[in-house]
Amino acid sequence: MRARALTVLPTLMLAGIGALAWALLSGELPGGWPALAGALGGSDDYAAVVVRELRLPRALAAYAGGAMLAVAGALMQILLRNPLADPYVLGVSGGAAVGALGALTLGLGGLAMDASAFCGALAAMLLVFGLARGDGTWTQTRLLLTGVIVAAGCGAAVTLMLALATDTRVHSMLFWLMGDASAARNPWPALLVLAAALAACMPLARDLNVLARGELGARALGVPVDRLRHGVFVLASALTAVAVTLIGTVGFVGLVVPHLVRLAIGNDQRLLLPAAALAGGALLVAADTAARLVLSPLQLPVGVLTALIGVPVFLFLLARQFR
Amino acid sequence: MRQPASALLEADRVALQVGSRWLCREFSLRLDAGECLVLLGPNGAGKTTLLHTLAGLRPAEAGEVRLAGTPYGGRSPRETARLRAVLPQIQPDPFPASVLETALVGRHPHLGRWAWEGREDQRIAHAALDRVGMAAFAERDLQSLSGGERQRVAIAALLAQQPALYLLDEPLNHLDLHYRIRVLELFRSLATEGAGVVLVLHDIDLAARYADHVILLDGQGGVTAGTAQAVLQADRLSAAYGHHLRRVEVAGRTVFLPE
Repeated sequence: MRARALTVLPTLMLAGIGALAWALLSGELPGGWPALAGALGGSDDYAAVVVRELRLPRALAAYAGGAMLAVAGALMQILLRNPLADPYVLGVSGGAAVGALGALTLGLGGLAMDASAFCGALAAMLLVFGLARGDGTWTQTRLLLTGVIVAAGCGAAVTLMLALATDTRVHSMLFWLMGDASAARNPWPALLVLAAALAACMPLARDLNVLARGELGARALGVPVDRLRHGVFVLASALTAVAVTLIGTVGFVGLVVPHLVRLAIGNDQRLLLPAAALAGGALLVAADTAARLVLSPLQLPVGVLTALIGVPVFLFLLARQFR
Repeated sequence: MRQPASALLEADRVALQVGSRWLCREFSLRLDAGECLVLLGPNGAGKTTLLHTLAGLRPAEAGEVRLAGTPYGGRSPRETARLRAVLPQIQPDPFPASVLETALVGRHPHLGRWAWEGREDQRIAHAALDRVGMAAFAERDLQSLSGGERQRVAIAALLAQQPALYLLDEPLNHLDLHYRIRVLELFRSLATEGAGVVLVLHDIDLAARYADHVILLDGQGGVTAGTAQAVLQADRLSAAYGHHLRRVEVAGRTVFLPE
C-alpha cells in the first residue's frame, strides 16, 4: 500500500503541474513559454503581467477549490457512510449562496461578498450541527435529513433573491451559483487552509478507515467515534465553506473525484485523502481552463463544465453500483 | 463474598434499562480466562444490550462492569481494544474493501498513529483468515462474497485483534452447518488457550454443547445465570421462549426439541 502511494501521488502531482502549465500557457493572448518564464521571473512585460496577475491567481484558486471540495467530499462520504454523499449535502453551499447573493442584492461585491458567503456557510453549518445534535444523538439519517432541509430552505431564499434582483445583478448571481473561478483574486489563504486541513486529517486517516466500516465496530476498536465525527464534520464543512467562498458552488468535483479515486486505488484514507486533493485540484484547473477556451472569447462558468462532465460520470457510477 | 484474584470480566450489580423497560437489575457475573459464556433469550430480551454493556460500549444504568479488574472508564478505548474484541451483529460495508484489508482492521488498536500495517500484521491477518477457511480469498473484494463468507472474514478480523476477551453477537449468523460447528470449536479452543468468550446464540443445543455458563434472559426482566447444566432446564427454557421444549438425550448430548 505504501509502495502504491509512491506511484499514485507523484503521478497525480505531475497531472496537477501539467494542468497548471496548460492554464498559464493558454488563453486569448498568446504568450507561450516566454511569457510564463517572464511572469515567474518578475518581468513587467504585458504578456507576463497577464499570466502573473490574471491566469496564475485564477489557476491556483481553481486548484485550491477543486482540492478542497474533493477532500471535503471524501470526508462527508465517510461521515455519512455513503459513497454518494457530496460536500454540499449538508447545506453548507446553500448557506454560502444565501450569503453571497444577499451581499449582491445589497450591491456589495469583492471582499464584502466573500465575507458574507463565508458567514452564510458557517451559519448553515452551525445550524445543521445544532439541529442534528439536538438531544445528543447523532445518527447519519438525522444529520442527512437536517442538512437536506437546511439546503432546501437556503434554496428558497436564493430563488427569492433571484426573483427580486435587477437584470444586471442576475447575471453575476447566476455565475456565482454555477461556480466561477474568474473572480478569485487571492488564492493563497485557501491554499493554506487546504494544507492545514490535510495536515489535520492525515493522522486521523486510519481511524477514518475503521469508522467507514461501521460506528459500533469502530468504537469496539478504540476509535473515539463521537470526537472523530465532530472533527470530520467541522473540517469538511470548513473546507467547503472556504472553497465555495473562493470559486462558488462548483458541482460534482466533491462527489465524483473521491469516488473515482476510490475505484482506482481503494478506500484507504491514508492514500485516498491526499490523492483526492491532488486529483480534484488538477481536474478543476483543467476544467476551468477548458471553460475559458471552449467558446473563447466567451468565458463559461467552470461549474457548467464540471456538471456536464459530472452528470454522466455520476449516472454511470450509480448504474454500476446498483447492478 | 469477594473472590481474591480479579476476573477477566466482572459485572457487579448491573441494572439495564431500555426505554422504560428494565432488562435486568442487580445482575452480577464473573467470567475467568478459559471460560465460555452464552447469552440466551427470545428476540428483544436484551441480549445485545447486555453484550454491549459487558463490552463497555454502553453504560449500565447502575452497577459496574470491570475488565481484568478495571472499570471500562479506567482505560483508554485503545487499551481496552487490545484486551477485548466485539463482533457486532450487523456489519455495514458501504465501501469496497479486500478481504485481507478487512482482516487487517483488527490490528488497528495495536498500531501507532502513523504506523502502517507491517509484515507481522500481514502474517497475523493471514493466519486469522486461515483459521476461518478464508485464506484463499485474501485478495477478493468483500462485496463479492456471500453473507456467511463475510461473517467468517469479520471473525478473522476479531482474531487478528488478539484480545483476551471475545464478545460475539450472534457469530453463527449466515454460517452453514459445517462452519457453525467449526467457529464454535475455534472459540472453544481459544478459551482452552486462555481467552474468555461471551457469545449471544439462538441455538440452545449448541449452547448446551459449548457453554460453561449460560445467562438466560426471559424478556420480562427475569435473568437466570449459572452453569450451563443448571440453567438449561426444559421448563425454564419453555417459559422464557414462550414455546414448549422437551429435553432429549441423544448419543451423550442434550438437545431440546420444540413441540
